Amino acid sequence: MFSRSASRSVVSSLRSFQTPIRHYNSAFQSSPPTSTFAGKKGEDGNYTVTLIPGDGIGPEIAQSVKEIFAAAKAPIKWEEVDVTPILKDGKTVIPDKAIVSIKKNTVALKGPLATPIGKGHVSLNLTLRRTFSLFANVRPCVSIQGYKTAYDNVNTVLIRENTEGEYSGIEHEIVDGVVQSIKLITREASERVARYAFHYASENGRDKVTAVHKANIMKMSDGMFLTACRAVAKEYPKISYDEDLLDRVCLRIATDPTPFADRVMVMPNLYGDILSDLSAGLIGGLGLTPSGNIGRDASIFEAVHGSAPDIEGKGLANPTALLLSSLMMLRHMGLFELADKIEKAALSTIAEGKAITRDLGGKSGTREYTDAILAKLK
Amino acid sequence: MISAPLRSSVGSALRSAAASSKRATVSRSMATLVDEKRLPAKFGGKYTVTLVPGDGIGKEVADSVKEIFEALKVPVQWEQYDVSGETVGGDDLFQQAMESLKRNKVGLKGILYTPIDQTGHNSWNVAMRQQLDIYASVVVCKSLPGFPTRHDNVDFAIIRENTEGEYSGLEHQSYPGVVESLKVSTRAKAERIARFAFDFAVKNNRKKVTCVHKANIMKLGDGLFLNTCRRVAEQEYGHTGIKFEAMIVDNTAMQLVSRPQQFDVMVMPNLYGTICANIGSALVGGPGITPGCNFGREYALFEPGCRHVGKDIMGTNKANPTALILSSTMMLRHLGLESQANLIAGATYDLVKEGKIRTADLGGSATTTDFTKGLIQRLL
Repeated sequence: MFSRSASRSVVSSLRSFQTPIRHYNSAFQSSPPTSTFAGKKGEDGNYTVTLIPGDGIGPEIAQSVKEIFAAAKAPIKWEEVDVTPILKDGKTVIPDKAIVSIKKNTVALKGPLATPIGKGHVSLNLTLRRTFSLFANVRPCVSIQGYKTAYDNVNTVLIRENTEGEYSGIEHEIVDGVVQSIKLITREASERVARYAFHYASENGRDKVTAVHKANIMKMSDGMFLTACRAVAKEYPKISYDEDLLDRVCLRIATDPTPFADRVMVMPNLYGDILSDLSAGLIGGLGLTPSGNIGRDASIFEAVHGSAPDIEGKGLANPTALLLSSLMMLRHMGLFELADKIEKAALSTIAEGKAITRDLGGKSGTREYTDAILAKLK
Repeated sequence: MISAPLRSSVGSALRSAAASSKRATVSRSMATLVDEKRLPAKFGGKYTVTLVPGDGIGKEVADSVKEIFEALKVPVQWEQYDVSGETVGGDDLFQQAMESLKRNKVGLKGILYTPIDQTGHNSWNVAMRQQLDIYASVVVCKSLPGFPTRHDNVDFAIIRENTEGEYSGLEHQSYPGVVESLKVSTRAKAERIARFAFDFAVKNNRKKVTCVHKANIMKLGDGLFLNTCRRVAEQEYGHTGIKFEAMIVDNTAMQLVSRPQQFDVMVMPNLYGTICANIGSALVGGPGITPGCNFGREYALFEPGCRHVGKDIMGTNKANPTALILSSTMMLRHLGLESQANLIAGATYDLVKEGKIRTADLGGSATTTDFTKGLIQRLL
């Protein structure tokens, strides 16, 4: 094995973006190997969590989540920050206040952000990812009872490597009309995401991890990803491990997603991007899918849908995705019972179908939907 | 319509000079201009076709096609090569099969196994496509009458670039633990696949071509593909009235499983093709019924659309031969044997529709041989 510090410096110099030298969580370090939540309760007995309401419908759905958390007596104190980018030395950056808050609290909940149109803007999501070394994207997709799609019994969890792979951003035009795009796979990043996948599986009662790959074609790069996964699998003897080809997984999951309910899938960046949206499609789109970004310095939970400026301020927005994301956050913080309680209230409200929002085929607004959940929590 | 010289000049840039020296443009076969003498030749009233049954279920389903052709007295003589990706040292046989393909210009094949470990050989399936420059893969996902699935009225074609992109096979370890894999995108290849897609749409009376990409992230690579497709659509096919759309690949995956009816013809780089073809196949009934083919300027190779080896049911006589049978009927059409192609394809669809003889993948209990026998009975 090569020395870790040497490899780290190579990795960072290969990247096209500037990040401070990385200190990866690994079994060899004293910090928690899997970015486990290590926050402490404050003097008032509450955890402080950064809240980024976001743009468009963001403030409305964030308000709904805040009310639900208050009714459920969640030990959470919100620290609301604004991440509207500001200009600093000619670059658009996130205000320092937001960064300091997230760094201190290590957990944040984020609403949808509108990406500013025009050149030169690095997307805010990308900035957050780099600032906090958000290395794993977790995307659970569970069928919502009361909202019928072509697929029942969907219950998938997908963990996507989020820092490299096809999204390395390294591209060049060799001669006119010939472009090379580089997919970068490193042992460390692969190991790191694999370790989180196994950790997540053991924490969340799934007894199997499946690595999704295309190593028959990309023998070295995806091969390296698999090598890392196999190595980590040995550290988790209680979790079984297998591998499957990307095309086979696409075929099987679109045929019948049921067999994937017992496992966590882990994969490189692009495959994860595609498969996570595919899974979201199975249950009815991004309006119902939560997402979590696990990082070394902080973890950010977010709704992945857009900011829907067309219905902004009209009280029509569906807060479910943000609410489910906040429940992922509670579970990340170890507050499993509380999360289960809120989840039951929200899902049963949708299943009853009396107070659901228009996107789910109902007639209610954000207010009625939130009130229905609040009533169940009392 | 673009002029013939323009297209051939693009093509010839990618091909050997010798091949492009003579250009008597007589007939067209799937978007490419072909010299008559480049078309498959008939000897003694029969076409010679290279047959590579492949690994997994390949032999079983190839036997099915052979029996059907024999029963119907289809004028095709097989040159069979039992190449296997599982045995060590199959290189010689693989080379012989390639020689045969180059001679016959037409082939029917199953899928060859590719080992996953790094010491194993590179994919021969990919090698065939690259060496023969069969650049366009066509997979048609269409709901089968009489076999309802989760989605109704699915009918779209996936046109996939087959020779570059993520499948370039160029990888290196720059430092222990750091691997780079190159995705190569070229304008010339994007151009010809875009033209192929539009020509396919024109020929098959389709209304819309959707370009699937990830140009928001891979700005140069997929950007080149997207911009080229867009330019071809506007400048060369604007008058055809075929609509051009672009869709990001992750959204495409989501749309495919929620609203697949919106798609018509889809054109995309290599890797996205395998993803969409597999999702598409899942929508209509699976790899057992999805046919496919690969076209180049000179060669055509017909193979099941999903490209799965099917090791899990190998040797159990459970495989559904429909995918390969339908692929072989596409081949017959390519050879100009329309009536026999229609006869076999029609009987196959009828058999599925009737539902008495169905293999396990379609919820029945018939074996591969049962299905073949049933089909032959129907045909005679």
